[in-house]
Order: sequence, then structure tokens, then C-alpha cells
Amino acid sequence: MATENIDHAQSGGMPQLDFSTWASQIFWTAVALFVLYKILNGSILPKISGALEDRHNAIADDLDKAAELKRQAEDAEAAHTAALATAKADANKIIAEAQNEIDAELATASAEADAEIAARTAESEVRINEVRAEAQSNAKSIATDTAQAIIEKLAPGLSDKSTVEAAVSRALSAAGVAK
Amino acid sequence: MAKEAVEGELNIDPMHQFDIKYFFDIDLGIANIGFTNSALFAFIAVAAIVVFLWSAVSGHSLVPSRMQSVAESIYEFVRNMVRDTAGDEALKYFPYIFTVFIFILACNLIGMIPYSFTVTSHFAVTVFLALSVFISVTVIGFLKHGMHFFSFFWPAQAPAALRPVLCIIEVISYLARPISHSIRLGANMMAGHAVLKVIGAFAGASALLVVPSVLGIVGLTALEVLVAVLQAYVFTILTCVYLNDALNLH
Repeated sequence: MATENIDHAQSGGMPQLDFSTWASQIFWTAVALFVLYKILNGSILPKISGALEDRHNAIADDLDKAAELKRQAEDAEAAHTAALATAKADANKIIAEAQNEIDAELATASAEADAEIAARTAESEVRINEVRAEAQSNAKSIATDTAQAIIEKLAPGLSDKSTVEAAVSRALSAAGVAK
Repeated sequence: MAKEAVEGELNIDPMHQFDIKYFFDIDLGIANIGFTNSALFAFIAVAAIVVFLWSAVSGHSLVPSRMQSVAESIYEFVRNMVRDTAGDEALKYFPYIFTVFIFILACNLIGMIPYSFTVTSHFAVTVFLALSVFISVTVIGFLKHGMHFFSFFWPAQAPAALRPVLCIIEVISYLARPISHSIRLGANMMAGHAVLKVIGAFAGASALLVVPSVLGIVGLTALEVLVAVLQAYVFTILTCVYLNDALNLH
């Protein structure tokens, strides 16, 4: 051992090329590597990969959760939009119904009013006609009476009531007063 | 170490720092596998890795602490390297590749501490690491593809006349892999430390050289830390590339 060291130092060559030390170096390097491999492969590397996997999973879980929450938010928004649309449709329906009702009432009222106006008009016409007919018949009787009286005065005893009436009627119709 | 340089004269022995010192012998007859400073620092590296990673992951919290963050970054860095270079199939070899990466990284960085020993500056270690990769990868290739693995050396797209020549080149380059793989790491570590030692010795040689020498050492140390990390990365990514060749045959 000590003698060998002195040999190397005195030789001045490269200790790397002193092949007498190779067996020892290779043996102990192999042992060190084997021990290191056993420790690393046995516990440390699985721990590191476990930690990395846990983190990966945690991040993936969080992303999933975020996606789920986003989906829920979107669902809520869709529900809200749908509710809004339904409410709008309902409101429109109510407005349309009210409009229809009002229109119908209006139509009924105006029809009623029209009917009343027509009835009153008819009634008035009937009365006008009555009045006119009455006036005509009055005029006829007055004319007949007047004509009879005039004939009585001019030629007493000659007046024939039916003849006079016929003559008056002819005269009136010629004048276009009676029908 | 500069103490050993005699004041006033340039007495540089940059290779002395790489000496293997036996603490006790274990003589097997054919070879002495006694416990050395190299073995001590290999176990210091293992202990440092285990203490660091263990303390980093023992909290095991969802929001990582700083240490846990660093450990997870290294883990994901190596894992992505393996997957991007050699595909998902290579992930079953990830634990060994991670072990090799962190071992080389720890040995390189611990070697940067003054008066320590750099395990990876010895070709015995780097050749062992590179050969174990070479042999494992070749075995994996044959286990997966059987005799079809030889098609890896046969450039089917090349012109027919060139194929035998290219095949020989392919075989030679394949066999040269463990050499370049190991020398790259070992020589980088050795050269960096030797240069540091030489520049350090200048300070011992002359009082005038102390300031430039110290400045040079500071700069070179920063560079060497970079090289220490980079070489661990290069060794690992080459391992992944070789593994990819074995699994996917180009």
C-alpha cells in the first residue's frame, strides 16, 4: 500500500495507466453503483415519481373541477336564458290575449252601438213615415172635406163623397204628394 | 498540494493528485481489490446523493420545497432525455441511467472540492461505466432483435458496392464506442484537474505569479464546474443514443 504510493509518485507517469489499481477501482465502483441503484430504484425514484404523479393528478383533478364548475355555470346561464325566454313568451301571450279581448269587446260594443243606431234609425224612419202618412191622410181628408164643402156651396146636394175622394186622390197623386 | 512545490522553483507534478492510495488491502491473489481513496470518494458521492435526494423527497408535498423542486427537476430532466432520445420503450432502463447520471455528476462535482479525489478522472472507472453500457446495450439489442440486430451494421440504403466497406466502418465505429465514451469523460476530468494543478503550482513558484494564478484558478474552476455537469450529461445522453440504436436499429 504505502510502498505502491511511493512507486507511483516516483514513477511520474499517469496513475490512470497503473493497471494494478484497476481491479480495486472497478470492484468498488461497481459496489457503489450497485448500492446507489438499489437505494434509488428501491425507494427514492418511486417517491419522486409518486410526488410528480400526485401533483399531475391534483392538477388534472383541479382542471376537471374547474371544467365541471364551468359546465354548471353554463347550464345555469342556459336555464336563466330559457326562463327569460319563457317569461317573455308568457308576457307576449298575455299581451296578445288582452289585446284580443279588448278587440273583441270593442267589436262587440261597436256592433251593439251599430245595431242600436240601426234600430233607432229604423224606428225614426217608421215614425217619420207614420207622421208623413198621417200628414198625407190628414191632407187627403182635409182636401176631401174642403172639396166637398166647396162643392156643397157651389152646387148643394150634388156632392158625392166617394166621387170627391177619388178625384182628390187623383189630384194628389198627380201632384206627387200621395202615393 | 501546492505545499509540495519547493519555494522558488517550478516543481510541478500535476498527476500526483490522481494517485490511488490504499487504506487496506484485500488481496485475491489475482488482484488487489483493497479499499482506496477512489472507493472512499465513490461512497462519499453515493452518500451525498442519497442524503440530498432523501431529504428532498421525504417531505413529499404537493407544492414542492426548493430541494424537492431540484430533485424533481433532475428526475424529469433525465427522464425526458431518455424518452426523447430512445423512446418510451427505453423508460424501463431509466433507473439505471438515472443512477449512472447522478453518480457521475456527484463524482465530478465532489472532485471540484479542493483536496478531494475525482473518481471519474480514472479510466478504470470510466471504462467500467462505458463497457457496462456497451455490453448491456448490445445484449438488449440481441434480446430484442435476435440475429436481425446485425442489420444495424448493414447500410441497406447505400450503393451495393459500398455496403461491405461501410459495414466494416460501422462495426469498427460500434466497437470504438466504449473507448470514446470512456476516454471523453475520464480525459476531460483529468485534464481539467491537471491544468488547475499546474496553474496552482505557478503561484508557489513565484510571488509575482500569485495574483494571476489565483485569478486563473478561479476562472478555470468555474469552467470545470461547467465541464463536470456537461460531461455527466454527455455520458448519459450517449448512453441513451446507444440504447436507442439497440432498441430501434436507427
